[in-house]
Amino acid sequence: MADSTYPLPGSLETTPKRWSQAAVLEWLNSWVITVDHKKLGILYMLYSIFFLLVGGAEAIALRIQLFHPNLHIISPEVFNRLFTMHGTTMVFLVGMTYIFGFANYLIPLMIGARDMAFPRLNALSFWLTFFGGILLYYSFIGGGGLYGAGNAPDTMWWAYAPLTERAFSPGHAPDYWALSLIVTGFGTIGASVNVIATALCMRCKGMTLMRLPLLVWLNVVTSGLALITITPLTAAQVMLLIDRYFGGHFFDTQAGGSAVVWAHFFWIFGHPEVYVLVLPAFAIANEVIPVFSRKAIFGYPAMVSASVAIAFVSLGVWAHHMFTIGMSSAGNAFFVLSTELVGIPTGIKIFNWLATMWGGKIRFATPMLFCTAFVVQFLLAGLTGIMLSVAPWNWQLHSSYFVIAHFHYVLVGAIVFCIFGGIYYWYPKVTGRMLSEKLGKWHFWLFVSGFHVTFDTMHIPGLMGMPRSIYTYEANRGWGTLNMIVSIGGIIQAIAVLIFAVNLIWSYFKGKVAGNDPWDAWTLEWAIPSPPPVYNFATDPVVTSRRPLWDIKHPEDPDWKYE
Amino acid sequence: MSTAAIAHTEAEQSWVQPSKGRVAMFCVILAESAIFTIFVVAYIYNIGKSLYGPTPSQVLEVPIFNSICLLSSSLTIWLAEHAIERGKVKVFGLWWALTFVLGAIFLVGTGVEWHKLIYQDGLTISTNLFGTTFYSIVGLHASHVIIGLIALLTVLLFTVTGHVRQEHAERIQVLALYWHFVDAVWIVVFTVVYIIGR
Repeated sequence: MADSTYPLPGSLETTPKRWSQAAVLEWLNSWVITVDHKKLGILYMLYSIFFLLVGGAEAIALRIQLFHPNLHIISPEVFNRLFTMHGTTMVFLVGMTYIFGFANYLIPLMIGARDMAFPRLNALSFWLTFFGGILLYYSFIGGGGLYGAGNAPDTMWWAYAPLTERAFSPGHAPDYWALSLIVTGFGTIGASVNVIATALCMRCKGMTLMRLPLLVWLNVVTSGLALITITPLTAAQVMLLIDRYFGGHFFDTQAGGSAVVWAHFFWIFGHPEVYVLVLPAFAIANEVIPVFSRKAIFGYPAMVSASVAIAFVSLGVWAHHMFTIGMSSAGNAFFVLSTELVGIPTGIKIFNWLATMWGGKIRFATPMLFCTAFVVQFLLAGLTGIMLSVAPWNWQLHSSYFVIAHFHYVLVGAIVFCIFGGIYYWYPKVTGRMLSEKLGKWHFWLFVSGFHVTFDTMHIPGLMGMPRSIYTYEANRGWGTLNMIVSIGGIIQAIAVLIFAVNLIWSYFKGKVAGNDPWDAWTLEWAIPSPPPVYNFATDPVVTSRRPLWDIKHPEDPDWKYE
Repeated sequence: MSTAAIAHTEAEQSWVQPSKGRVAMFCVILAESAIFTIFVVAYIYNIGKSLYGPTPSQVLEVPIFNSICLLSSSLTIWLAEHAIERGKVKVFGLWWALTFVLGAIFLVGTGVEWHKLIYQDGLTISTNLFGTTFYSIVGLHASHVIIGLIALLTVLLFTVTGHVRQEHAERIQVLALYWHFVDAVWIVVFTVVYIIGR
């Protein structure tokens, strides 16, 4: 059995590359027509990182505008477009694509499969997402339609009705927003179907559901959640387009329609979406933390059930985004309690991570640094989340910078940190070379300090009453210094991300050669060469425990004895 | 791919996993159900909210014949599934064709209903809130019927040209799952639009 999971690569192709025009075109073509899960995973990740830089640049522009009271560096109209595009980009083009980047690349390798269940559907899903993103950004050129020059959507990422109705948003900006998200939504549905079918039907022999690596498990939960949360948004956007193009009245209050219904539909999508984004981040932490603590994950079944519980509870919390819109007190009470219920399974997870690290021989390599910071920051984000879930507190602080600080703590402090950790961890597998630890440490320490300078500080102007989405503010409010600090932190983070980008490129050519298993890890992807051959496994692996590589490396003390 | 590793463990235990086609179709059905749920909720929420006519009770007629046709097509497709499982391709083709005809009758019936509503009663998607919600939800369902009919027709053409054999039974059953879903959704839409909403 040991031999079958440690295959020798049949032939290493080392023909020298000649960069003639034909060769370059052929190379490009191979990426366009590919149905290989590894190449599509890389494409998803490159796409996600590209839009992370774009969305980050938009955020920096916003922060420069807010650096000082009464600045007029960008116009109010452009400011509105930029924060709309920043939010939409980060959620749909960065958040939704990194999930499938990791899932595509890793799931078949971790379960010992040749490819995803439906390789061509996989390619279709990626290209739908790809062109959806282009459609969104084309709105900068085409969004004005016949009404004028460039006009990206400026209705915030939730696009509340009736602002998006024809009467208030002429031109095509909201149409680009809706259409591009419908298109990327179909991409997401296709990819989610694929992830679930792969994880359930393509497992190698012995890989029972309770032996699946946690990354696979959490991605299955994520995909299941995506199937029932992305689709309500698609439905609501179809209604919006019916209103805008066929003269429908769904959200037209003058004909009996209701704008509040849009808010409900949007948040029925919008809140579970947060968990769709964060569960794959947990998935990464679940793989990185045990390996760098040199211990098996603590509480595997609890981890799985907590993930399923989070997905389930998250479906019933959406109206905590709508306390200020107005509900009955019974409605308020329900959504306060259901929201606080999320704290239980997430708390279980945090304790499991702590218990995994407890007494372990922790190695603080860059992936582990990011994941450790993630645990702390996710806990803090959860605590402000519980504060905001209390309806009276929410009435006071809704749409203030406190809310912005809270959800950026989740989206950046938890998700982006895990993405970085995951990239540092699996980059050697994907490229065959290690990312530079030195640049990695610079990246981590600059990013973590920039993050805390920005988002810790951001809570305070929120408590002082600074509303979100404002273009500028008066000098006598006392927000000036705080905003300056927030902006400086943003620039520190931008420098850190640029170091990361340099690291990605430099290490690709000059990084230390990684070998099969640079981290001494335990899941199947580390059993094959880096980068993996096209066929993944020369012989179909057979597993007998949750840590197949541990069993091979330690035949005297295999895991299956304890499971 | 070497099978040496499998060969010696094969004897110990059999390794069975669910069919990926079936799993994928269940996922699609789950996603579709969420879309329909939103449209159904929007319909129920907006019942009686129209500020001006025509109202559902003035113009809607209960499409009983259509509904019987569509629902019985679930039975015929089930009989077709059974036939192909046992390799009776001719019987399969007959039941399958009947399923297609029943679905097509339903679609034509919806067309006739819409023609009457538009030209006789003056109800379009932009007339009032009822029109908006009615055409959206019935149209959403009808578009699923159209997709189903295209798939049914494709299989029918393959059957007529003799390309469908017993080993395709599983794929056909996966497709039939979708058709059963479209029928089941009609029960919901029918109840909401023609019974509760009328």
